[in-house]
This record gives sequence, C-alpha cells and structure tokens, in this order.
Amino acid sequence: MGFFQSYGLRLQRKRWRIRARRKARQLSVVSDNSAGVQPDDILVFSTFRNENVRLPYFLDYYRRIGVSHFFMVDNDSDDGGREFLAQQPDVSLWSTTGSYKRARFGVDWINWLQMRHGHNHWCLVVDPDELLVYPFCDTRPIRALTDWLDASSIKSFGAMLLDMYPKGRLEDARYERGADPLDLACWFDAGNYTISRNGRFGNLWIQGGPRARKFFADEPERAPALNKIPLVKWDKHYTYVSSTHMLLPRGLNLVYDEWGGEKASGVLLHTKFLDTFGKKAEEELARKQHYANSHEYRAYATGPIDDPDLWCKWSEKYINWRQLEILGLMSKGNWA
Amino acid sequence: MTVGIVMLVHTALDRAEQVIRHWVAADCPVVVHVDKTVERAIYDAFVDSLADLPTVLFSTRHRCEWGTWGIVAASQAASELMLRTFPQVRHVYLASGACLPLRPPQELKRYLDARPMTDFIESATTADVPWTVGGLSEERFTLRFPFSWKRHRRLFDRYVSLQRRFKMHRRIPPGLVPHMGSQWWCLTRRTLSAILEDPDRKIYDDYFRKVWIPDESYFQSLTRLYSQHVESRSLTLCKFDFQGKPHIFYDDHLQLLRRSDCFVARKIWPHADRIYEAFLNPDGRSVAEAEPNPGKIDRVFSKAVERRTRGRTGLYMQSRFPNENWENGVTAAPYSVFEGFTELFEDFEAWLSRATGAKVHGHLYAPDRVMFEAGQTTFTGSMSDSSALRDANPRMFLTNLIWNTRGERQCFQFGPMDQQGISWDIAKDPNAQISVISGAWAVPLFQLNRNFAELRAEAAQLQRIESEHLRALRSPYAKARVRIWTMAEFVESPMEALQSVVDQIGTKGPRRLAEVPRMVDLTGFGQFLQNLKNQGMHPYLMGDFPVEPPLKNQPPAPRKPYLVK
Repeated sequence: MGFFQSYGLRLQRKRWRIRARRKARQLSVVSDNSAGVQPDDILVFSTFRNENVRLPYFLDYYRRIGVSHFFMVDNDSDDGGREFLAQQPDVSLWSTTGSYKRARFGVDWINWLQMRHGHNHWCLVVDPDELLVYPFCDTRPIRALTDWLDASSIKSFGAMLLDMYPKGRLEDARYERGADPLDLACWFDAGNYTISRNGRFGNLWIQGGPRARKFFADEPERAPALNKIPLVKWDKHYTYVSSTHMLLPRGLNLVYDEWGGEKASGVLLHTKFLDTFGKKAEEELARKQHYANSHEYRAYATGPIDDPDLWCKWSEKYINWRQLEILGLMSKGNWA
Repeated sequence: MTVGIVMLVHTALDRAEQVIRHWVAADCPVVVHVDKTVERAIYDAFVDSLADLPTVLFSTRHRCEWGTWGIVAASQAASELMLRTFPQVRHVYLASGACLPLRPPQELKRYLDARPMTDFIESATTADVPWTVGGLSEERFTLRFPFSWKRHRRLFDRYVSLQRRFKMHRRIPPGLVPHMGSQWWCLTRRTLSAILEDPDRKIYDDYFRKVWIPDESYFQSLTRLYSQHVESRSLTLCKFDFQGKPHIFYDDHLQLLRRSDCFVARKIWPHADRIYEAFLNPDGRSVAEAEPNPGKIDRVFSKAVERRTRGRTGLYMQSRFPNENWENGVTAAPYSVFEGFTELFEDFEAWLSRATGAKVHGHLYAPDRVMFEAGQTTFTGSMSDSSALRDANPRMFLTNLIWNTRGERQCFQFGPMDQQGISWDIAKDPNAQISVISGAWAVPLFQLNRNFAELRAEAAQLQRIESEHLRALRSPYAKARVRIWTMAEFVESPMEALQSVVDQIGTKGPRRLAEVPRMVDLTGFGQFLQNLKNQGMHPYLMGDFPVEPPLKNQPPAPRKPYLVK
C-alpha cells in the first residue's frame, strides 16, 4: 500500500473519531455504573431501539459467557427497555433521540463510548439480537478465548453474522420475554455464502444466507453484508468504519488467512427473524433509518405476505458450535 | 533421595502457590524464582503466603523476557540454591508456574529412583529439528542478538540481516556442540553441578548470553558435555503451536490429560478450575509404573497446527480466504463436467446417474436458472437456483456446491449456451474431470425448426464461445483431467468413450456398462452442417461429418450399432 493511501486511511480514521465526539453530544447518561469496571474486564457495547422483549435474554447470555459490563445506547425506545436496563447494576446506559442513520447506524455513538471506556479492554460490539458463538463456547468462558488471543498477539476476532429463522411463518414464532430465541429460530443456511475482498480496507465482504436467497435473489449485490469483527482488544485510537464490518487501522480487518490456513473465528447467531420482525419492519419503513433504504424490510413488507417462510428443505437445524465448525462456517484455527 | 523443583513464576501466583504446596506435601523441596517484573508488594505477599513452608526458598530475581538470557540466569541461580541447601535432592526438575503435576509426586520419585543416573532433557542438534521461529536455526548460535524480538522486532531483523550481509560470525566455544530442545528438563545433581561448577562456565555463559533463546540451548548443549546418560525427552508434556508458543490446557482437556500418564503438563490456563481440582486432590487412582504416553494429545494439537497452516481444502469462509494458487486445491472433492452429452443423448442425465450413482445436475450455469438435480429450486446448503445469485460469484457457487456435498460425487452439464464465468476456474482445477463432445451444441439447432439465418448466427456465436472455452482447457495452465472428442469421433465409437468416462468417475468399481443412453437421430445432420457451410459459416468443432446419407439406392441402413459387450 502506498504512502498516500495509507495516509488517506489515517485521515479517515481521525475523521471518524472527531465525528464520534461530535455525535456524542446527542447522548445523555441515564445510569453510569462504569466506575466498577476492572482493568481486565470484558465489555459489551450495544445500540438498541425497542428491544425490551429481547434484553433479559441478551444480558443473561453474555453474563453467562463471562462479560462483566454492558455499555448500552438507547435510541429513543418507548417500550420500557430503558427502565429495565437502568436497574441493572452491570449496565451503563445512555439515551438519545438523535438520528440513527445520521449517527452512521449507531457507529458514531459506539465509537465514542469505546474511546472513553473500552481502551485496553476486550470489547464486544453486538446488537441485542446477536448471540456470539466461538470455538469451545460450551466448555470455556470468553476469557479463555481473549487470554488465548492475547497470548497469540491477535487483536481482533471475526464472527460472521448467521441469520437464524424459524420453520413456518414468522408470525407463528411467538417470542416470550426471557426465552431463548434459538428455541424458535433454530434453522440456518449452511453453504450459500459468497465472499469477496475489499481492497481498500482489507476486510472480506460476505453475502448470502436466507436474506439473499429470499429478498435479494434479483439484485444480489445489494444483499446485506454478513462479515463482522465484533471482538477487539480496543485501543482508543481505533474506530469502526461501517457497523462492525470493518475497522481502522485496517490491520484489524485481517481476521482471515490468505495462505491456505484457517484462523480462529466465531459466528454471531442473528435471531432477528421472529414474530417481532413484522412489527419492526413496519416501524422501520416509516422511520427510514436503516441501511440501503431499508430494502430488506421493504422486500419483506411488499413481498408475498402469505409466504414469509425463510425455511427450505435444505435448511440446517442448529445444534452447537461444533456443527458450525464442521460445516465450515467458523473455525477453531490453531486453538485446541 | 528426592527430587527438587525449581519453579519459574511470573503470573497467576495463586495457582503457583497451590502447586508448590502440592510438591512440598510430597517432601519435594521447591526453589521459586519470581520474575523481576512482578511488583514488589505482590512478591512480598506471595513470599508471606508460603512462609509456613520451610522447604520453599526464593532465589535472586532476574528479568525473564522471552528469548533472552534472563531465564537461564534465573534457572542457574535457583538450581545453585537448590543444590546447596537440600543435599537430599538427587534430581532437579525445572518447572514453571503454569506447570501442573498430573501424577502424584511419589510416582515421579519412584520413576527417578529407578533411573538414578539419567538426565531427562530434550536435546538435539540444530540440523535435525524443524522447530525454528523466525527462520533462525543454526544462526541462533553464530549471530549476535542484542535486541529484543518481542519489543524491537525491526531492529532485531535489521541486525540479523546486517550480520548476514557482512558474514559476521561468532566463534562457538571449542568442544561445545550446540543442541536445542524443550526448556523444561530434569537433571541429576551430578550433571547439574558439573555444569554450574565448571571452571569454564564464564566462557559458556558469555557465549550463550548473546545466543537467541538460550533457555532452549544452554542446558541442552552443556548437558552433552557432562552427562553419563542423556534421555532426550522432556518429562513435561508441553506442545507448541506453529508460532512456537505453548498450547494451553483447559477444563475440557481433563480426560485427555488423565490418559496421557505424563508427570507434568504445561501450560494450564489459570482459570481451569476443574483441572487444578482434579490433579491437586488425587483420588487415589494410580498408574504406578506407566510410561508417559502423550500420543493422543499430540494428535489433537498437531491437527490444530495443520488446520491453522493448511486448512480444509476447498473451503472458503470468513477466516480462510486464500490468495490465488494458495488454496491447496481449488475445490473440496473431484467432480465431473459434461459438455455436449445431453445434446447428443436423449436421457443422458438419468442414465449417468444410474450408471455411476453420482448426483447428476443439468446445466448449472444455464442463463435463466440453475438446473439442480431433479429440477429442485434449492440444493444442499440452501443454495438458490437464482441465476443472479450464482452469477454474482460463479466461482464460489461451484466451490460452495462441491464443499456442501462432500462425500458425494457431483456431475453437471456445461456448454457454450451457459454462462462462461466458470470456464477458466474448472480448467485450472485438478479436481475437475471434464469430458467434451465439441460441436454437439449444433444438434439442438439442427432439431429446431427456425429461420436459418437466425440459426446460422447462433451457431457462429456458440462455436466462438466453445472454441474460447477449449482454448482454456488446452492451455498450459489447465490442471483438470480433460477429454475432448469432436462430435464425429464420438459418434464413431460412443461406447468406448462412455465407458472411459464412467470408469474415471469410478464410483461403482470397474464394470462394463449394462445399458447405454439413447442417441438422438442424426439423420440429416451432415446436410445441416453443409447448409451452414453454404451460408458462409464454417462449423469445424464437430469434426468431419459425411454430407450425403449413404447411397440412395440402398435401404436406409441402421445406424452403426454400438454394442454392449
């Protein structure tokens, strides 16, 4: 990479950091419990809007694998989620009525919170409908993973987004607060993902899955990106560029091996497709705050409503991480 | 007589304390070396916590940075203290704070009692070992390494290349043959004191001070000078990954560790509560005289290294995306491509599937949709039949298909009427078995009842596309197994050709074909080609077909039979 390109990326990184500071003015603190954060704690950062029904399970899931503190940004919820989180001792909560889209889909807010609170911590940036699965997650806490990454001098850990869906109509997958969403949305597409490389930032661009298959079969290039790098040993000089798809400095995006080997990676189980999706789709279409003009919500809303079934006869039923690793969706790398 | 433990500690002091107590309870004296980077207050608290044990001593603290002399200095100081203070010690065992005894110390003592003169130290000459980090093996003994590899990598590398350029070599002290091996050893008092009290020790120390990673070579080389009986293996189970850093054991390795029968293992993750619980509170299980047998663990870890360095062939995913030519194989398994067969035979796909037991798809790269086997709209791995999705990345469509159906042979049809994006990829893929009947695309045109001018234009285009594709198949870059027949050749002896194709797939063992697919009626095909020629288009890919039907005055002879032998 030439000097100018590299300098251009440096400027861009600085620009996103300045922007994060500017957008931070939209945030107002609801409860700040961050004083209790220990130096080697593993932290979660998340933005949400009207996810009250998912929050209890989300917190439980990440507490169980060993996350110590949650930094949450509430984007104008009115369903009681904010009140619920404000009572949690391990949650620090900010609230904003600012535009999600103009905060670059929440990235600016998260960048600022990470700049202030994430420095020198392992930080996990996930949405409330994303559950992280990593190698050995059934027997080893996430600290085992981060200790190993530290020992291997690895600073970022990739986990591709895997869309989970129920069998049958989404409306029939009635999600109860506190329940495991994977009991309902337990199906996924095992092998229809396509990958290309982003030359500028060095990250991979992964598309595919049920959304590409159902909603974007005619214009695949618009299908959502599934590559994510949610777990990073954060430094205050880092920034996310576009959602958690890519970072700067761009060395952090090299979570894949180019010489034939496999690096360790995980999967983010995306449990968005439940009965809650229909309501969200309506709301988001009205708000127009989502990526690519909310194309997928529109595709859903205008699509054949009688058949919003993402399931097909080749859908795979989720069992555990070992299944995902055998299918080649994630890898243990040289972690054994 | 007993074994004394020299323990190098730098983190997880609470775990170290547990292990120390375990050793002491079995009458093994322990000398502890705590890294100088540990804060004074923490160190003092650690010393206090062990104050109740008279046979635990603390040696002079050194700074132990990976790859530097500090670790050797620490081992020397602690060993000297051990030999001086505890005369009952016959063997000295070097361990770290992350080492955990897997078998009761009594068993280790018995084992060593039975081998009183044996030094257990892995020790091999540099020429014979593959473990080298940073591409340095022999040179770690002949160059100087004043800069830290961890902290000043660039200086380190520059200084190495400078020395190489100017051929600056150090002299190895006379009589010394450099050996390398695991830094975790168990030496006899005899050998260890000979090393430590050697009148030439200063010469050796000065030399090794600037060797790279001296902790893997100092004792390993000097032992060879004094030892009566070197057993070149470490009693400590310690596996290294491809970067030369030790693998770590977690709770889920418990059974594996139990079955290994090794005396000591490293490194244990400090939070692996179940492992510490299990091995520090022995439940009376004893394997008595068993020899250490780390074979199973070896396999687990060497598979991990293999996965990290070579990966799974044919897999493209978020953490494996090889550069071109670094794939170790483009696709996961062999597959077959048939070009021109469905055009020439009426029921080719069904027949092939019966004859070989393979999955036989139609034209996967057909322009309007993907023709999966039996007209399915989705296929294994939830692959879609949308042509747009396929054409967004034709290469990954193929690699996905082959990956998803590992263990089941895939066959598909291809031709000049299909999307050609995949042409070079299959040509370069050693897993592809490509059988071509060139020019067979003319048969459907011949059967169509369409305006001849249109047919002529289409024939010209198809011929151009196919000849382009054949160029790829015949190029020097092609690695696929390719068979190309002109249509005329093929029609001449179809049986032989089909047999060879089916044999190559080889799913059902060598067998003569019991039935053959039905060839379309080619009466008048020669004339059709001649008509194309007459229109100024030159169809050449199908070879030479006789224009005229056999002599007019004879009854129409049955077409040349192709028999099942």
